Amino acid sequence: MEKEQVPQDDENLLEGKFAVVKYALDKNGKYVKVPSVGWEPENVALKQAWEVINEKVETARKRVLSGEVSPLAYWIEKNMMDEKLVGDYMGFSKWKVKEHLNPKVFSALPEDVLKKYSEVFKITVEELTKIA
Amino acid sequence: MIISNYQHHQSAHCENGTVSNLLNFHKLELSEPMVFGIGSGLFFSYMPFLKLNGMPGTSYRILPGEIFKRLTKRLNIKVKTEKFSDKKKAMDELDRALDKGLPIGMLTSVFYLPYLPKAFRFHFNAHNIVVFGKQNGNYLVSDPVMDNPTEISYEDLMRARFAKGVMPPKGRMYYPVEVPTPTEKEMKIAIVKGINKTTSDMLTIPVPFFGLWGVRYLAKNLRTWDKKLGEKQAGLYLGNQIRMQEEIGTGGAGFRFIFAAFLQEANDIMRQDLFNEASAEMTIAGDRWREFAYLAGKVCKGRATSDITYPLLADILLDCADKEEKVFKKLKNLKA
Repeated sequence: MEKEQVPQDDENLLEGKFAVVKYALDKNGKYVKVPSVGWEPENVALKQAWEVINEKVETARKRVLSGEVSPLAYWIEKNMMDEKLVGDYMGFSKWKVKEHLNPKVFSALPEDVLKKYSEVFKITVEELTKIA
Repeated sequence: MIISNYQHHQSAHCENGTVSNLLNFHKLELSEPMVFGIGSGLFFSYMPFLKLNGMPGTSYRILPGEIFKRLTKRLNIKVKTEKFSDKKKAMDELDRALDKGLPIGMLTSVFYLPYLPKAFRFHFNAHNIVVFGKQNGNYLVSDPVMDNPTEISYEDLMRARFAKGVMPPKGRMYYPVEVPTPTEKEMKIAIVKGINKTTSDMLTIPVPFFGLWGVRYLAKNLRTWDKKLGEKQAGLYLGNQIRMQEEIGTGGAGFRFIFAAFLQEANDIMRQDLFNEASAEMTIAGDRWREFAYLAGKVCKGRATSDITYPLLADILLDCADKEEKVFKKLKNLKA
């Protein structure tokens, strides 16, 4: 790839924070570092990955609102985690996390467990328990 | 406490970058491509039975940490590596090392680095950064994929160092303790060892998942993805392939251009035209990989014309493998 071919397809995925570096040939045929603000196929693939995540979050949100599962399900998807990973942070098994997906079990959880969950997701206990 | 003589240089890939920046601080000037080449970073693996987030496991480089390990071994650099079970202790140790005036490399989870753009923050636990000071309770961070140093809070850094999941960093930190200046002869030997490992990794591992066999195996599978998986899932698989090939922290065109840059630099030391020739050929292979990603991106987006098909993409991959095979055969059995 030549220096002039280094893609500059900005879709604000880098939020204007910085440009990444790519290696390309200058006009003397020597490799140099060239900044790039993005490349179309990479942008497409990245957005596609986020669409999948956002769909899962939305599905979880609906299931929480319909009373099918506890708000925990929403926050797990929102943080791109699964029961196993959340269990690792909480210090118990994925089965216990799965129990807490039951709205009845969840609403009876003691304050300290709720607090610990909220810390895992970096939110308040209030945010954890009320999904809009 | 700021280690003022530490210099931040941006790189395409995080592991190369931290290693290069740390060594430069210890008076050994090694560019990112040299770190990558001597550390035998180039690789390919495709393990469809090993799913990550439901996508086939694929990689364009060796395992995280290996570049550093191989490079330091080949240049007789002594390194101190520590991991921790206690979070507070890991942070205390970091402070102590900084007080001694040492910039420290460490492993973090991208998900927990708030200074990175949101779109890139997945649960990836092997992101390397250098911390080179502490100011008003915040740590000064040299993240090699960024153009300038940044800051992170105590809490956030601790979280990032103790993320859980696949390959948990466990507070790992590392820094060189002894960095000898290599003679020209030693440099030559290190370069040759680096290349020999890469050519054997790419040409001779006798299972179909690794090296050029892996590329061809991917081509074979990919040829029928749309028929076997349906358009939607096949599109997601393609998207995953592009992300692994191009995404931040892995470097463009699956590292092929970085490797070509290494060969070019190696030519100046080895003084054999062979290296420049191989570099030029690797550039052509890299361009072909880019073409693959470019067309695959169109398919993902549903904007492909009817002549961009899965078999066509598979053929491009086979061509990439053929082109690379020539380069690696040319570089095989080098002597220093």
